[in-house]
Amino acid sequence: MAINWFKYSAPTTFYGLAGKLIPWFAFSAALLFVIGLYIGFAVAPVDAQQGEFYRIIFIHVPASILSMFLYLVMAGYAALGLIFNTRLSAMMATAIAPTGALFAFISLWTGALWGKPMWGAWWVWDARLTSELILLFLYLGFIALHASIDDPRRADRASALLAIVGSVNVPIIYFSVKWWNTLHQGSTIKYTGTSMHVAMQQAMFIVLLACWLYAIAVVLARVRSIILERERNTVWINELPEVRS
Amino acid sequence: MLGLLALVIRRDLVLAMRRRADILTTLIFFVMVVSLFPLGVGPEMEMLRRMAAGVLWVAALLSSMLSLGRLFSADYQDGTLEQMMLAPQSLSMLVLGKMTAHWMVSGLPLVLMAPVLGLQFDMPAQALGILIVGLLLGTPVLSMIGAIGAALTLGLRGGGVLLSLLVLPLCIPVLIFGTGAVEAITAGLSVASHLSLLGALLVLALVFTPWVTAQALRISME
Repeated sequence: MAINWFKYSAPTTFYGLAGKLIPWFAFSAALLFVIGLYIGFAVAPVDAQQGEFYRIIFIHVPASILSMFLYLVMAGYAALGLIFNTRLSAMMATAIAPTGALFAFISLWTGALWGKPMWGAWWVWDARLTSELILLFLYLGFIALHASIDDPRRADRASALLAIVGSVNVPIIYFSVKWWNTLHQGSTIKYTGTSMHVAMQQAMFIVLLACWLYAIAVVLARVRSIILERERNTVWINELPEVRS
Repeated sequence: MLGLLALVIRRDLVLAMRRRADILTTLIFFVMVVSLFPLGVGPEMEMLRRMAAGVLWVAALLSSMLSLGRLFSADYQDGTLEQMMLAPQSLSMLVLGKMTAHWMVSGLPLVLMAPVLGLQFDMPAQALGILIVGLLLGTPVLSMIGAIGAALTLGLRGGGVLLSLLVLPLCIPVLIFGTGAVEAITAGLSVASHLSLLGALLVLALVFTPWVTAQALRISME
């Protein structure tokens, strides 16, 4: 049987599929959050050097990983939309941006909370902190550009181009910031060779998975509202039970 | 090809010369921002000498943002841009010409002005020389990256502020290597790596940005 790979690339079919998938992702995300945070806060042992403070790592690291990963996913969808001119890809890129920005913000915020007891300062001009901040700026630029163009087609294409230019620039920015930092001063934090405790690894991995599932659930929910908004004049939208009532 | 480039550059330069006030505003803004720093942080020469390169670079970055809005807007408003896009010649080449002309009227004056301002900060001659070389390599990159933003925000409400929001994060590497070179020479290290990286950025920008800007213009004009 030939599978039609492109069936769900149309907003009409994807809208229903997303609606069915959201509860699954949302529920498993919530479950994994509870498990991961329980292991992280109750089971994992106290760190030898950092005491109880290190436990913020279970939120900080997954948020940082996702903020970077989501930018790539967003740029990927943007490129798809620009190259193949598919409406849904552009909608996905638009839907991912706020979640990515949120994770970048959480990563900076928890980083600041962690930095205060560890380094004695809320903010250190460390290479990773700085590049995370720039990543947040890139997300905000994408959102701002999309929001200020009224024509949705032009908004999609213009912000897609910006996302692609940004993703080409991200490695350049990352390395330049890294070299800038090492030239100014020695790296503030160094990872010592000690391996992490198994429970810590498990907790971090489970929370990472939870964040990922959460991101998928939220993006799907957001893309559904974008579909509703963009296609409001079509027949199929007006025949949906939730729109009729 | 080169004839087309020269034609576009000459046209834009003539247009800019007819409105000299625009060029002067950018330059005066640059001088003013740089002069504000000693007033803000205090007149200790030791500190100013250390800050000089960073202050000059950030001021150059901000003033180049200021003039970017004009890169395409006049041509967009009177319909010239539309004609340029219909022309059989390559749009990337036309864009490259416009970028070059923009740099000559907005970037080059800053580079020429920088040594005078550097002296105000008591920069040593050696550091001053490297600063100029860095600015010469870096300011064209600012114009070229900025052109992408200018094309994307063409004809939008509040385009100026939005433009800075989009372009400034992308310009960070230029700032880092430009100031890094001056810092290296002050510390007695080799500046070759910083200047090579700036040169690499310039070459990369030269290859890719005209094409990307042309695509952005197509998106904005359709």
